[in-house]
Amino acid sequence: MNLLFSIGIQCVQSILLIAIAPLLIGWIAQNHAWLSNKTGAGLAQPYRNLHKLFLKETVLAKNASVLFRSAPYIYFAAMCSITLIIPVFWSHLVFSDIADVVALLGLFALARIFLALAAMDVGTAFGSMGARRGMLISFLAEPAFLMVFFNLALMNHSTSLTQIVTTLLAHPFAINPSLAFAAIAFFMVLLAENARIPVDNPTTHLELTMIHEAMVLEYSGRHLALIEWGNHLKLLNYFAIAIDLFCPWGITNTPQMTALISAIPIFIFKLLVLGSSLSLFEALTAKVRLFRAPEFLTSAFILAILGVLIQLLVMG
Amino acid sequence: MDSVIQQLIHFFSALMLLLNFSMLAQRRVLALIRLLALQGLVLSMNIGCIAYASSLPEFYISLILTLVLKVWLIPFILHRLLIKLGMQGKIELIINLPSILLIGLALVIFAFALSASFAQNRTNHLALALASVLISSFMLIIKRKAISQVISILALENSLFFVVSSSTYGMSLVVELGIAFDVLIGLFIFGIFFLRIRENFESLDVKHLEQLREE
Repeated sequence: MNLLFSIGIQCVQSILLIAIAPLLIGWIAQNHAWLSNKTGAGLAQPYRNLHKLFLKETVLAKNASVLFRSAPYIYFAAMCSITLIIPVFWSHLVFSDIADVVALLGLFALARIFLALAAMDVGTAFGSMGARRGMLISFLAEPAFLMVFFNLALMNHSTSLTQIVTTLLAHPFAINPSLAFAAIAFFMVLLAENARIPVDNPTTHLELTMIHEAMVLEYSGRHLALIEWGNHLKLLNYFAIAIDLFCPWGITNTPQMTALISAIPIFIFKLLVLGSSLSLFEALTAKVRLFRAPEFLTSAFILAILGVLIQLLVMG
Repeated sequence: MDSVIQQLIHFFSALMLLLNFSMLAQRRVLALIRLLALQGLVLSMNIGCIAYASSLPEFYISLILTLVLKVWLIPFILHRLLIKLGMQGKIELIINLPSILLIGLALVIFAFALSASFAQNRTNHLALALASVLISSFMLIIKRKAISQVISILALENSLFFVVSSSTYGMSLVVELGIAFDVLIGLFIFGIFFLRIRENFESLDVKHLEQLREE
């Protein structure tokens, strides 16, 4: 009964996350529209886009291999499996023992590698350029991401997300400077990894500046729909990780129905706030040149390391 | 001392270090001035915390002094100077930002190791403040324009002030007033120098000063 209940919660959580991921993107786009004095397309626009893409014919290049055809499915599946590991309402997820934060990073890396390989598979100039740029960004972002996790792991004596969230929830609120450093570093990594504005423009179709768009340029139809959905899910996953690491209040440690039900609106509220702040930040910053991106990510890395150092200092 | 106050001071010292790092990486002179004002604000909040904890009236005078001088007056003068010199949009050339940041990181580690050897009970914010001092001294070395060097000196002064205020909980008011006055006078002198330097070399880049050799 208990196990069944846990698996039930797990399923509800994953399905909910997969279902609301486009809604989050819609909310961010809507915020963008409001900030630039436009009406906006509404919250459901990403769903309409996905629907349209799923109905469209899938066109494949003549020399496309199995890799090219399977990459969207692997990408989407990796993002879906990440939703199984991140505690959203209840800290003791059944599947979260399978993978700790390092494995979580590995899943993100797997998705990214397949996307990059698929982009190089067809052999067009843009695809391979986008893949190389994407790998440049992500290989610089990964160490910073790891350092953020190590900071939290040092603090909570565990690399398991469940354990981190449980310990954070059990502690009384304290102002922790090392967490502030880690949060800034994480936010910078989030922007870089999700192709957001200072590093990449998610809406651009200008060949010279695009990074992520260049990678998926050859895709169409349901493949593109899966990649788009995977992107939405990736951002949602990053937001959920941010909530887990830096603001877990509202997630419950006990499997009580009332606590679980009240955790959902709190989570949604946090997502809305994060989405608004992301679009506000994007509205206020300009995209940097590609060769400034390493500087941006080095800063993130330095901040993450500073956080770890301060954590070590506090621990004595 | 209250534990919340202790935590706040710790937090402010980390914030000070963060601001120093962002000044180290900042290219635009205008943004540098804004960061300096922000640093002054953090400093004054720190003094406010100490004033609240120790409830000595002279700390409040020090707080007002810091607020007026470091958050408003000095950035205001620098800003006016920048407009007068016609270099609002000017950028500072930084060579290889990643390695500069890495050297900064090494300085932080050095400061932490150094402060571990003394002051056992207040190591935390002392170590952070010491790191801020080292970073701002480093900033003084790498900046190329005269105006950003002056901003670095002011940042260094802020950091030193922070070390003093958080490790000894304030100095006597006479000393503090003296330092504040010194800084202000120093700034005026710098301002005049800027105008003179630019008159002679039509630039504020200090590399032109190397021509001033007696031969």
